[in-house]
This record gives sequence, C-alpha cells and structure tokens, in this order.
Amino acid sequence: MTEKLVIVGNGMAPGRMLEHLFEKAPGRYEVTIFNAEPRVNYDRIMLSPVLSGEKDYEQIIIHGDGWYIKNGITLYKGHKIVAIDRAAKTITSDRGVTAKYDKLVIATGSTPFILPVPGNNLAGVLSYRDLDDVQAMMLAAQSRSKAVVIGGGLLGLEAAAGLAMQGMDVTVLHLMPTLMERQLDPAAGYLLQRELENRGLKVICKASTKRILGERKVEGVELADGTVIPCTLVVMAAGIRPSAWLGKSAGLDVNRGIVVDDHMQTSDPDIFSVGECAEVGGHVYGLVAPLYEMARVAAAKLAGEDVPGFVHNDTPTKLKVTGIDLFSLGDFADGDDRQEIVLRDASAGVYKRLVIKDNRIIGTVLYGETADGAWFNDLKKKATDITEMRDTLIFGQAYQGGSPLDPMAAVAALPDDAEICGCNGVCKGKIVGTITAKGLSSLDDVRAHTKASASCGSCTGLVEQVMKLALGDSYNPAAVQPMCKCTDLGHDDVRRLIVAKALKTIPAVMQELQWKSSCGCAKCRPALNYYLVADWPGEYEDDYQSRYINERVHANIQKDGTYSVVPRMWGGMTNAKELRAIADVVDKFQIPAVKVTGGQRIDMLGVKKQDLPAVWADLGEAGFVSGAAYAKGLRTVKTCVGSEWCRFGTQDSTGLGIRLEKFMWGSWTPAKLKLAVSGCPRNCAEATCKDIGVICVDSGYEIHFAGAAGLDIKGTEVLGLVKTEDEALEVIVALTQMYREQGRYLERIYKWTKRVGIPEIRKQVLDDVARRKEYFDRFVLSQKFAQVDPWSERVSGKDKHEFKPMATIGMAQAAE
Amino acid sequence: MNWTSIGSITDIPRRGARCVNTPEGKIAVFRTAEDHVFAIDDHCPHKGGPLSQGIVHGSSVTCPLHNWVISLETGKALGADEGAVRTIPVKVEGEQLFIALEALRNKAA
Ligand code: SRM
Ligand SMILES: Cc1cc2nc3c(=O)[nH]c(=O)nc-3n(C[C@H](O)[C@H](O)[C@H](O)COP(=O)(O)OP(=O)(O)OC[C@H]3O[C@@H](n4cnc5c(N)ncnc54)[C@H](O)[C@@H]3O)c2cc1C
Ligand code: SF4
Ligand code: FES
Repeated sequence: MTEKLVIVGNGMAPGRMLEHLFEKAPGRYEVTIFNAEPRVNYDRIMLSPVLSGEKDYEQIIIHGDGWYIKNGITLYKGHKIVAIDRAAKTITSDRGVTAKYDKLVIATGSTPFILPVPGNNLAGVLSYRDLDDVQAMMLAAQSRSKAVVIGGGLLGLEAAAGLAMQGMDVTVLHLMPTLMERQLDPAAGYLLQRELENRGLKVICKASTKRILGERKVEGVELADGTVIPCTLVVMAAGIRPSAWLGKSAGLDVNRGIVVDDHMQTSDPDIFSVGECAEVGGHVYGLVAPLYEMARVAAAKLAGEDVPGFVHNDTPTKLKVTGIDLFSLGDFADGDDRQEIVLRDASAGVYKRLVIKDNRIIGTVLYGETADGAWFNDLKKKATDITEMRDTLIFGQAYQGGSPLDPMAAVAALPDDAEICGCNGVCKGKIVGTITAKGLSSLDDVRAHTKASASCGSCTGLVEQVMKLALGDSYNPAAVQPMCKCTDLGHDDVRRLIVAKALKTIPAVMQELQWKSSCGCAKCRPALNYYLVADWPGEYEDDYQSRYINERVHANIQKDGTYSVVPRMWGGMTNAKELRAIADVVDKFQIPAVKVTGGQRIDMLGVKKQDLPAVWADLGEAGFVSGAAYAKGLRTVKTCVGSEWCRFGTQDSTGLGIRLEKFMWGSWTPAKLKLAVSGCPRNCAEATCKDIGVICVDSGYEIHFAGAAGLDIKGTEVLGLVKTEDEALEVIVALTQMYREQGRYLERIYKWTKRVGIPEIRKQVLDDVARRKEYFDRFVLSQKFAQVDPWSERVSGKDKHEFKPMATIGMAQAAE
Repeated sequence: MNWTSIGSITDIPRRGARCVNTPEGKIAVFRTAEDHVFAIDDHCPHKGGPLSQGIVHGSSVTCPLHNWVISLETGKALGADEGAVRTIPVKVEGEQLFIALEALRNKAA
C-alpha cells in the first residue's frame, strides 16, 4: 500500500529531495505538496539574473507542471498551511483544505527580516525573496527613479546591481563598516565597494536606518545621523530568519530553526524538515549546497535506506553580479597559530588571501581573480598538507614556481599627471619625460632638471622609484626604512601616495599600496589614521579602533588603569569660578590627586574610567573643554604675564598665547605640539625650548621653532621676525600646517626640521607669502572638522560602550 | 562546562574589547576584525596594564602601557617578551556570547 507523503513548501530543498526519492523508491509514496507561492518549483538563486534582465522566469523553472503530473503529485498552489494536527496526522491550509499524512516534510524556507522602523509597511517597501518581489521591483524600476537597498550582504548587492541594470539610481545602505562583512575581510570589502561605485551605485556604510518616510507611498529613507535619501522604492535585504513557526505551533522542538537530527527527523519521528527552516547540529543554512545534502539524506531515510547522516561543511560564497569575481570560504580570521598568505595586485584590483593552520588551508578570500577558488576549496576539504607548495600556493594551481610580487606596481600604476613633488608641483610624466629627453641617470640630475625632490625632500623615495621605472634595473634606489613589517614603503612614500592616488580609507591604502597583512598592526594603523585625517579633512571618518587608548577616551591612562583629566586653561589663565568648579569635581568624584602641571594647568589624577563622562559633564558646565593632554595634537600654549602686568613686557604675550590656543586647539598633528609666548627676551614662558615659540620684542614678534626639552634638549631655531600679531598667527599656523602635511607620525617638529632643512621651511612659510596663505587656508579648513570638544561629544553619548563594562557577573550567579 | 551569558557580540566594536567584571577579576573580551571572540584576564603579564584598552590587530592586542603584544588565543606574550595571562573559554551562539568562568577557578585552585 502506498503511504501518504505530504510536503509543506515547494522550494529548492524538497524539490531535490523528491528527485532522489523517486529514483530510490519509485511508487512508494503518494505525494501531496502545499505551497504558499502560487507556482511550481523554480530556481530561487536565479532570481537575480531575472531581475537584471539576463534571464526570464521560464528559464529558471526547475519542475514544470508536467513533472508533477508524471509523478502523480498533487500540488496545491497558493495554499499556505496554517495548522498541523499531530494526533490526527493532518494538516490544514488557509483555504480550508485538509490532508492526511503518514509522513510529513516541513520545508518552509526562510522569511526576510523586516527592520522594525516606522514606515516599514508603506507601499513601495519590498523584500527580496520570491518571484513576486522581483516582478514588483521590475515594475517599480520602470519609473527609472531612485531606489534604496537596505543591506549590503549578498542579497542586497544582487538586488542593487539588478535594479541599477534596470535603470534605477540605487543607493545601498549598510550598517557595518564594510560590505558583505560576513563573507569578506575589510580588504576585499573595500574592493567590492569600489567596483560597485564605479558602476554608478552609491554605497553608504555604517548607515543606520531610522525611518522610512512617506504618506502612503515611500518617499525617502532617513538615517540616524539625519541624512535623508529620497527614493520611491525600498528593498529590505537585512537578513533572513528560518520560517519555523509552523513547527513551533505544532509543538516540535524549535531553536533558531526546527531542530532535526542528522537524518532530518524532527522530535516527532513522522515529521521531517529540510531546507532553510531546519536546524541541524546547531547550524541553520542560507545557501543551497547544504540544503541539497539535507535533501539527499532525507530522501534516503524516507526510502528506508541506511545512509551516513548529514555533516557540516563550509560552503563557498560567490556574488552573482556579472563582472564581479569574488569568492570566500571557511574561516579567515587571524590567529597566531595561523599564517596568512596575502597577494595584492593594485593595478589589476586583485586581492587574495589564504589562511593556513598546521600547514593546511582553513580559509580563503579571493577578489578579482577567483579561478583558483575551486582548487583552494578542494585543498581545504581534503586537508591537503601545503608545505611543499607554500611559496607558490597563492599564485594558483597553474602557477608553480611563480615570481615574487612586483614592488614597483603602485608607482607604475600612477597616471602621468599624478603629483610626485608637492613643493615644486612636479608630476610623474614630467620626471619620466625629462629623464628620457635629457638622458638623466642620477638623482642629483633629476633634482637639477625637474626640481622634483629638490626642496623638502620628503618625496625622494618616490622620485627614485619613478627613476627606476624609467631606467630599469640599471638604477638602484637608496633603501628606505619601511613604516612597519606590513609594508616595504616608508612613511614619506605612503603619505605622498595617499594624496596622489586619492586614497581615503585605511582598507584603500592597504589594498592600493599592497600591504602585506590583512588588517595592519599597532604601528601602521595609528599612523595611517593620522595621515588620512590630515589629508582629507571632512571626508575621512576617523578610525576609532586605530587610535591609542588615550586618544580614544580623551584622557591619559595611568599605571593602575585609572585616568587623568586635564582641562584647557587658555594660555595658563584661570579664575575663581573655574578653580571652584575643579574643586567641586575633585570632591564629588573623590579624585585622589590634583597637580599643577609643567604646562600651566591643572591635572586631576586617578579618575575611574566609568566616572569620566560624569566628570566631563560637570567640567563642561563650568565652560571647560578637553586639554588634549593625551593628543598627538595641540597641547598647551604657555604664556607669561607680558605687557598687561610685567614691567618689562613689550607685547601682550598672554593675549597672543590665548589667541593661538583658541585658534589651533583640536587639530591633530604628527606628534604633540607645544607652544609658548614670552613677553620679552627674559623668556619666562620658556618659549625657546618649545615646538613653536614666540619672543615678543619692541619691534614685533620673533618666531622660534624646532625646540625640545624632553628626551632631547635643544634650543629653538629662529624662523624670523614679523611686525604684527596677525602676521605672527598666520606664520605659526602655516608652519604647523606644513608640518602636518609632511611630518612622519610621531616625529616632533625638531626632527622634521632636521630632515627638511630650515631654509626650505623659512622659504615656504615666511618668504613666500602666497604659499603661506595656502597653508593657512588648508589649516583653517581642517579646523572646521577638528574643533569639536571630544568631552562634550562623549557626555552626549558618543562611544558610550567605552565607559561601561559589558557585563557584571555577581558572586551569586558565578557560584556553582 | 557552566556557561554564563555576557551579552551580544554586537556590544563589542570590531577590533575592540569590552570588560566583564567577575568575582575572578576583570576579564577583557575581544572581537577581532573577522568576528572572532576571545576572553583573557584584563591584566598584562608585564605590569598589570589593562589589556582591554589596547589596540587590537590580527588576533593580538598591544598593551596600552608599555606595548607588549599579547596573543588573544594563547594569552602568551609574543616576540621577545615572556609571560602569559589566563585565557577564558568563550562560546558564541548566534550573536550571544558566553564564558566559562569555572575554567578560571580550576586554574586558580
Ligand atoms: C602632567 C605633565 C607633568 C606634570 O605633572 O607637570 C606631563 C605628564 C606626562 N608627560 Fe610630559 N608632562 C607634562 C609636561 C611636559 C613637558 C614640559 C612642558 O610641556 O612645558 C615636557 C618637555 C617638553 C617637550 O615636550 O619637549 C614633557 C615631555 C614629555 C615627553 C618627552 C617628549 C619628547 O618628544 O621628547 C613624553 C613622552 C612622549 O610624549 O612620548 C611625555 C609624556 C607624558 C605623559 C603623557 C606620559 C604618558 O605617556 O603617559 C604624562 C601623562 C601624565 C598624565 O596623565 O597627566 N612628556 N612633558 C605635564 C603636562 C603638561 C600639560 O599641561 O599638558
Ligand atoms: C535572490 C536570491 C539569491 C540567492 N542566491 C543564492 C546563491 O547564489 N547561492 C546559494 O547557494 N543560495 C542562494 N540563495 C538562497 C537559496 O535560494 C535558498 O537557500 C533556497 O532557495 C532555500 O530553499 P528552501 O527549500 O529551504 O526554501 P525556499 O526555496 O524558500 O522555499 C520555501 C517555500 O515554502 C513556501 N512556504 C513557506 N511557508 C509555507 C506554509 N506555511 N505553507 C505552504 N508553503 C509555505 C514558500 O512560499 C516558499 O515557496 C538565494 C536566495 C535568494 C532569495
Ligand atoms: S617675559 Fe619678561 S616681561 Fe614677561 S614676565 Fe617674564 S620677565 Fe616679565
Ligand atoms: S603593563 Fe602591559 S606592557 Fe607593561
């Protein structure tokens, strides 16, 4: 007698299961299928090519109507099952049809996750799951207007690319800092974003959707930061959830999905579950390969065969957007029991990374060239020992005995009009052209004829690389000290290339300059972060996790893990109200030590980390801002009492000091920057051992720089004399900006000066008035984004997580 | 093992850390760029620096006080420095994180 097999859901998993079952046990079951979607089984994966117009629905059908007839299957299209009666062994659809089963298979797939934001039910908000969604999107696309896709994962990006091909103007919003972060590391995520942007898509990462705007229809999306993106279509692709409610309401064991054993049997032996709704061995799945494996195992079980159970295997991920090659597999986290092999080809946009553990591949990320994905997958699956082929492994299967990376690639890829020497405005084309035309062969010749590297010299490394490119192996550039072990490039080359290639994120720098590690180290990340902050004011978003703790929490860490707090006291001046506020804060938070610093202000030492925001709130109310005593940035401007009080004072040194501090606070510099202004050559403010100092004299202001009084002791150099306070301010600011643009990270002004030479600095910021003005203007621009008091930002809730423990486990709970 | 819930992986920034206060002392829970989670004592083997406040790179952290580099996986100091902190087992279930404190007690005993 045939048994009754009833299936809920007609997706890819049960379709495959039936194929196996009919082969193994033809005629054993009489099959009935209920499907909420009013159609036959089709290849859901291929919805993206349908959306982009590369395929049509007929081409993606897996089982046409004829197949159901041939196999004697009753298919209820457009029937959603709403109840299972396990005692009676029946199920019932929303249209009132009831069917009796001997064996039941639940294959209800997944449900798209809809963000719980206001407006999520407006007309024009769609998910991306089935053919109806695709047809609705294609209809909306006829308007050729704007669409927003929420979610930069696999589905979201395929939807976005498809809509763009249908002529829509598409913006992708992604909550995380890089696209497809589950499958790609930040380096590959960066390349993907760049490629999509080249195709005209807009991508906004770290975008948190606040609400969807509109009366009845969608009119736009508003982000948490207040940005509004107008649009007529919103596609939510923010993830899927296993559709397990039917199992739950029938009283089956349900966790994230319907719990099944390794033969797909639920907690009721007559009920099976396959597909995305099933949870096996603690995993739920969203790609078909493991679902097909479930289908195979379930079919065997239903056919009464004894086969080995389901085992977990990593499935490679690919993105089905024509022309984008991307492959990700397995576990690609760093670890010190693991090594990574990274290959970057900046000009070809290729990034490959293999993660190796115990001489075996455990993870792979490929971007731009994925032909070897299958081979790496195979090596991983078979746990092949790769020791023998280690040196050439990354080049792929076909490439044994490969050549080393080309260190010249980054420079070779620069266009002819890329500026190499900033001081003299010399571009790559000019250097190459002059070398060829004049037959030059030495650096001195190139300097003489092109002026490149003839001024501050910070571009020397690059000029030499261009020479090597033009002259070939006959030219040997001097060795540069690399920034760190992640790169062969020195600080200067990195700085110049960041500007020349308009690199605006840390992953961009690492990819384009062919970093040898995937995520940098504690040496290069803070340096890159500074260079990007300095070079792209207003555009670059600070990378919090690449900053040293003091700059992250805007206080100085102490040896016992507490912090010190130093508010600004402009030019060292204070008053009763400020002192009272400090006294109150010290009492209220029982701060153990208060000290007058060597920088003319007050230090409160031993503040508990979790008290910091409250301490700042009180100080902020009294008008204090952060003194940046922790920053690679402007620290103090020491002053003396000057002409206001002192019998020798020649100018208002206190006033100028305060003016400088108010003008320059907030800016980030390569290393700390300390200023002082003394009212006469007696120099009570010790201006002649500061990074920049001013000695006031009767005839004006003598500007000093490049002093030191810390690890090294060094008197300042005289830059020159200016007549007015305004001029003094302009020169000091221009000098600071020149240093900001050229200094190596952690290099104080006196060291930078030694490298560049006093005459060159004097020429650029004192003698050349036009250039001075340009430096000044660039500083002013960057201050627009830098002069935000970090304390008040944090009092208002920024970086909240820093100041609270994640959890506190009490004695009671922790006891056995 | 006895697993104690400490919150969600999303509570920790990528390449960052958060603290958990426990009767066994302060524990630092790290999340790497690729979403691997590790827990170690928040106490540098050198002079007790709070490791949770360091810069995270790869699967190591650089101590904020004197720049020792500590492996998050083994708790051992890397490079020329010698020393180790205790590691605490972490379990990730979906987004939820759990630690097994008893492992510490056993080590302490
Ligand atoms: C508080 C203070 C000492 C005091 O009690 O007076 C101080 C305290 C620290 N100094 Fe200083 N320096 C202080 C004035 C100075 C001075 C004098 C001055 O600025 O007039 C100098 C010499 C001048 C100079 O900078 O050239 C000075 C040269 C240093 C150095 C050596 C820098 C160098 O490049 O040679 C360091 C180490 C470093 O920066 O790497 C340093 C580092 C430090 C640090 C940040 C150590 C650290 O990395 O944790 C100390 C922080 C303690 C804290 O939490 O507040 N401190 N330090 C002074 C704060 C001034 C302020 O109001 O901001
Ligand atoms: C656009 C898109 C692109 C994709 N690309 C890829 C890819 O490149 N590679 C890859 O491996 N995977 C991809 N996937 C995922 C893959 O399609 C799914 O993993 C697979 O289709 C899941 O199969 P399933 O049988 O579990 O569920 P589904 O195919 O979702 O089928 C479930 C069916 O059950 C029906 N149903 C639900 N509840 C009930 C009920 N109560 N009563 C009756 N019927 C019900 C639903 O209407 C649906 O038709 C993609 C998915 C989408 C949406
Ligand atoms: S700088 Fe000269 S004028 Fe000013 S306080 Fe000192 S001694 Fe007096
Ligand atoms: S305490 Fe960590 S390095 Fe010194």
